[in-house]
Amino acid sequence: MNKITQFSQGLFQGNKLVIGIPYGWFILLVAIPLMIVMKISLSEMESTSISSMISWTNGLPTLKLNFANYQFIFSDSLYVKTFYSSLKYALITTLICLAIGYPFVYFMARAPKHIQPTLLMLIMLPFWTSFLLRIYAWKTLLVSNGVINNVLLSLHVIKEPLAMMNNSFSLTIGMVYSYLPFMILPLYANLSKLDLRYLEAAADLGTSPFKAFWLITVPLSKAGIIAGSMLVFIPAVGEYVIPELLGGPDTLMIGRVLWDEFFSNNDWPMAAAVAVVMIALILVPMAILNRAEASLEEGKS
Amino acid sequence: MATAPKPQTETKSAEKEVLLRVEGITKIYDGTVKAVDDISLNVMKGEIFGLLGGSGCGKSTLLRMMAGFERPTKGKIYLAGQDITNLPAYQRPINMMFQSYALFPHLTVWENIAFGLKRDHMSKDQIESRVEAMLKLAQLTKYAQRKPHQLSGGQQQRVALARSLAKSPQLLLLDEPLGALDKKLRETTQLELVNIIEEVGVTCVLVTHDQEEAMTMASRIAVMSEGYFQQIGAPDEIYETPNSRSVADFIGNVNMFEGVVTVDEPDHVVVKCDECTHYVGHGITGNLGMAVGVALRPEKITLTKTKPKGEYNWCEGEVVEIVYFGDHTTYHLKTKTGRVIKAQEINNTRDLSCGLTWGDHAYMHWGDLAMIVLTH
Repeated sequence: MNKITQFSQGLFQGNKLVIGIPYGWFILLVAIPLMIVMKISLSEMESTSISSMISWTNGLPTLKLNFANYQFIFSDSLYVKTFYSSLKYALITTLICLAIGYPFVYFMARAPKHIQPTLLMLIMLPFWTSFLLRIYAWKTLLVSNGVINNVLLSLHVIKEPLAMMNNSFSLTIGMVYSYLPFMILPLYANLSKLDLRYLEAAADLGTSPFKAFWLITVPLSKAGIIAGSMLVFIPAVGEYVIPELLGGPDTLMIGRVLWDEFFSNNDWPMAAAVAVVMIALILVPMAILNRAEASLEEGKS
Repeated sequence: MATAPKPQTETKSAEKEVLLRVEGITKIYDGTVKAVDDISLNVMKGEIFGLLGGSGCGKSTLLRMMAGFERPTKGKIYLAGQDITNLPAYQRPINMMFQSYALFPHLTVWENIAFGLKRDHMSKDQIESRVEAMLKLAQLTKYAQRKPHQLSGGQQQRVALARSLAKSPQLLLLDEPLGALDKKLRETTQLELVNIIEEVGVTCVLVTHDQEEAMTMASRIAVMSEGYFQQIGAPDEIYETPNSRSVADFIGNVNMFEGVVTVDEPDHVVVKCDECTHYVGHGITGNLGMAVGVALRPEKITLTKTKPKGEYNWCEGEVVEIVYFGDHTTYHLKTKTGRVIKAQEINNTRDLSCGLTWGDHAYMHWGDLAMIVLTH
């Protein structure tokens, strides 16, 4: 065997290893735990081990599945309402992040090349402080005797403190604040690569700058918009810390319910069922979106 | 300067209508860099005007000012008599075919061509028939529903042309239209492009660094260097009667002899150089004893093994390099003074016609109207 084939074979094995590690990681730490969670969600409260699900009748294994948890989730208005409100706040957060992030990124990508790294750095800067600390800091700003209310009161702009804390307002602010960088980074990666000649071509063909933005810039940054929205929406649905610290009694989100099921009620099958439904709620729209994207591409070509 | 017969094109173009008038246009970047330096220019209706120059000569900046992507620092641009200097690009009845095309990647060929038409608030039927006509013109009907990335380079080039012609612009700007194509494709596409442009009858300004492209496509060429025009003329004028050493050197290959005028008669002059003595069969606007350059193109030299008669217009040398191109061969001959002169022979028979090989001693000779006397 000559050296070149030896080398390329060695490389090929190296490839396998490099690809194998993340797959192994994924199977070990995502796929298997997920299956365990699904399994727990289908078992009874007292018997969560796998062996208790399989019984032997006439020498044949029989699988015993318990769908009661799922039935309960969809019949109890508390769960339905919580899922709904989780999706609602995640969607609101995503839309606000997009509305703030897109113009920001648009001008960042057009800023002089030498200051762009600094601008990007400033986006990352908040990550240098603890996430919890930053959320907690919002509390001191928003509470009725907090900084904002005190300033407004002393300036006689308002007579009574504004109720900004422990409601949907504080929750939305906290969520947008925390997730904005996750919208900005993929958008920036996309928009900074946009070939400005497309905009020149559009202008040349009689398109005003405003129209060119909608006809060229937005469609060409679709991948960035989708990536950013996914990065915000998915973790936002399951967010626990922000609703816990900044939310109120009427902003119940699914993360909170999960916590209660696991640690207050100790009802692991129920908690697992809630988790599975949550994953399904995120996966289904994602899959539909993916499908739509793919068929859109195919239909055009 | 050589007194060649007065070029025909200038008198002809004077009768034609001026479509684009550029008056004393200057573009200065960052306060100091002069990209375009006080250029004035008339482009006649229906002509293909070539801007030829090396990279960084300002030709693209000039084109971008015509398109409206750059504002001139000084000067005015008129289109059909109307001042368009400060009109934004999207309001100018000028369309451009971009270098490497800038086709919208998210739109199909059909949508790309229709893009400009939709901005004009035309009716759906009108747009459709116009796009169909453009597709037919560019032979793209089969590819209407494809995306740009699914097309070959030549097809993309035709889409770009169709898109820029769809709005029937008064002026079409072509920025290195064939730069992205390989050599073989370029030759056929060049003619296709010219045919389409002539069929539509649109006035064009063509920017290119490729002299062959400029020669074959343009009816007039401006040779640009460092932001100004060195010479404007028809392709054959620029090639056969360049007005300076730098133009002669930039366009095609040239052997440059430096010498002194020893005979200055109205119908002929003699220029004495180190290697040879040139007998030029026409008068020049110079005087006796003047230092001049004599430019001689390689293809105007004939090679022989026998010594030519007479004392003028020949030179001897040793073959030091033979560059074979297939259709012709370029011989590099080293003279007694040590300089190398290029001579080109057409390979009109299948054995190398003059039978010269490396190290051979050979004579080069040429006619008395073959060279250009240059004072600049």
